[in-house]
Amino acid sequence: MDDVFLLSRLQFAANISFHILFPSISIALGWFLFYFKLRFSISGHPVWMRIYRFWVKVFALTFAMGVVSGITMSFQFGTNWPGYMETVGNIAGPLLGYEVLTAFFLEATFLGIMLFGIHKVPNWVHTLSILIVAVGTTISAFWIIVLNSWMQTPAGFEMREGVAHAVDWWAIIFNPSFPYRLSHVLLASGLTASFLIAGLSAYRILRGDHKKAPRLALKTAVFAAAILMPLQIFVGDAHGLNTLEHQPQKVAAMEGIWETEKGVPLLLFAIPDEKNRTNHFELPIPNVASLILTHDLEGEIKGLNEFIGEHPPVAPVFYGFRVMVGIGVLMLIVAWYCSITLIRKNVLSSMPLYVLLAMTFSGWVATLAGWYVTEIGRQPYLVSGVLKTVDAVTDIAPENVVFSFILYMSVYVVLLIAYLHTLFLMARKSVEIEEMRPEEEIQSPFKGIANKTIEQGA
Amino acid sequence: MFADYNLPIIFAGLMALSVIVYAVLDGYDLGVGILLPLENDQQADQMIASIGPFWDANETWLVLAVGLLLIAFPTAHSAILKTLYIPTAIMLIGLILRGVAFDFRAKVAQINKHRWNQVFKIGSFIASLSQGYMLGSFVMGFESSVAAYLFSALSALGVTCAYALIGSTWLILKTTDSMQLRAIKWAKLTGVISFAGILAVCIVNPLINSFVFDRWTTAPFVYFVAFIPFACFTLLTIGYLVLNRLPLKDDSACWLPFLITVIVYIFCFCGLAFSFYPYVVPGELTIWQAASAPESLRFILYGALIVIPCILAYTVFSYRIFWGKVEELRYH
Repeated sequence: MDDVFLLSRLQFAANISFHILFPSISIALGWFLFYFKLRFSISGHPVWMRIYRFWVKVFALTFAMGVVSGITMSFQFGTNWPGYMETVGNIAGPLLGYEVLTAFFLEATFLGIMLFGIHKVPNWVHTLSILIVAVGTTISAFWIIVLNSWMQTPAGFEMREGVAHAVDWWAIIFNPSFPYRLSHVLLASGLTASFLIAGLSAYRILRGDHKKAPRLALKTAVFAAAILMPLQIFVGDAHGLNTLEHQPQKVAAMEGIWETEKGVPLLLFAIPDEKNRTNHFELPIPNVASLILTHDLEGEIKGLNEFIGEHPPVAPVFYGFRVMVGIGVLMLIVAWYCSITLIRKNVLSSMPLYVLLAMTFSGWVATLAGWYVTEIGRQPYLVSGVLKTVDAVTDIAPENVVFSFILYMSVYVVLLIAYLHTLFLMARKSVEIEEMRPEEEIQSPFKGIANKTIEQGA
Repeated sequence: MFADYNLPIIFAGLMALSVIVYAVLDGYDLGVGILLPLENDQQADQMIASIGPFWDANETWLVLAVGLLLIAFPTAHSAILKTLYIPTAIMLIGLILRGVAFDFRAKVAQINKHRWNQVFKIGSFIASLSQGYMLGSFVMGFESSVAAYLFSALSALGVTCAYALIGSTWLILKTTDSMQLRAIKWAKLTGVISFAGILAVCIVNPLINSFVFDRWTTAPFVYFVAFIPFACFTLLTIGYLVLNRLPLKDDSACWLPFLITVIVYIFCFCGLAFSFYPYVVPGELTIWQAASAPESLRFILYGALIVIPCILAYTVFSYRIFWGKVEELRYH
């Protein structure tokens, strides 16, 4: 039983970690594509079309990776966590169902039109298809975050004979942590996509691409990041306060607080020791944790010792939180520095370009770290206060899970390498050939402008 | 109408609808993957272009079918998928491989493109074979006997062949010239094998499966059951005769083999569905025993009744945009 439990958790964690990489890009990248196409439609300037054409390829690949890795999840609910559906299936089922019905078909169908229909439909229908795909990915995020938030802060249900029954769907959907979590996740996606666009564009420029497209894409992405990051800090703070209210044990683990105290210091670094219930090598800033979490220098925060046996493992939550915040701060500095330099000089020297290249996938690291904080932070519960993870696990033979786990892992590793390789390959290709064949050219709504500038390579 | 008693029936109906739509739609694109010629890159491009705008949405019907099973009959979902744990994992790997191969092949160098074509073909095979295997063990009530395994293996081959059949008729519809001629050959071959496969299932299944035998030999099902194989065999024969005459001069009737195959699919599916109704796990769980709470079913049903017509509408819209013969592969 223990083996199956551990293996199932490992497998699910690996699956969801692999899966989340791709939606975290495609949710926001869809909106970026819509913006690029809209700019093209309005200005008729072919550079926007070039940016669109490069990034739509990235989008298609990312989307496909997200779709196929997502399908495995819907099977694992039943195969590895039957107790989950047996206990809260009445809530989780309809929420997942709405995701399939309102989002999956919408994105998949209009993605077909978006990718292959550009010559077959009027320009506005094509632009509309991009918008619908972007809306679809966002609706998808909406439903899955509803379910995840409900698992964190369940509401609107009652237990009858050990099974959750829906009482108030409105309360279920708009459960206490939902608005904060959804904003946090959407902004995270925006930042992940921004740094991907900036990083890959920086790569093209560093490889000697003197065309306008990568510079304009980089500028757009860096400006977007510079706007989104302060918003994210604001939302993250609000989300933290919300977590303190509903899941104080998670916040205690995030901050490494063992005893309930007033005027709690913020630990920049420490090594939590769960065995002795203390921290080593603390690097504290006095009173700041209290200030952030209670907006009062002497505010009281509950410690982990109030929740013995009911709190999550401290170290991964503690470190995960620091990784996420650290990258966030780095993102803020880099985005603002690059934006200000671009406004002043309109060009970046090679140093910041290398920094942007190094941060191409920083959004992934921060998203995963944040995801671990919130998911591990919910343990030992699968659904807070309702169902413990250990009670939901399957009773199939561990060998089966070993088999599937190895199978998934090997495929995922190969695919991740292929994905990263292909992204940089596409970037290198576009350094060399960017010219489109005339018959491929889309007529802009303003005749004349498009075709003339094309041949010169905007 | 939405009384508690009726809800499981309605959801069983919705699930049946998604399964048959899935079998037809993803069936043809899996079939195209199975048939993908590795020695002829130009034809491979053409074939993949014919399914390009559709495969993703097609696969979503599987997610809906499994989703409905999960939502409406959660205990059946875990019972079935726990029993079929390994084949499910293998099927998912197949679907993953072909899904990503589709996108990778268009973005890499020529030499690697060939490799991704292979992955696409292998992935399609794996997914089809494992789906057929799962269908076979479902029909056998998840028995673990030699007969059951043999039947599941037969079913794996049968479903793969049926997908290849519908895939080749799709290609007849979507292509011209040498590609179309080749597809006609494929359709003839797979049509004959499908004929034999259906015949084998009709004979073997009641012999080794007493539940099906009882069902098939009691009135009123017996009339229905007698009608289905008869209809299928007639249709497949007509289909073969049509294929013999294709292609016609102005390429009229290029849609006929596909249509005939879809009707055969629907008949076979109805035959299966009526053999097991009202059981969702054969011999163990009926749809009423496995159903979720009525208030949850009703909540999703209202949404489904609004959304499913919309899905069908924009699916038709998408098929109309890409109507007619496939053109040169113009990615993005």
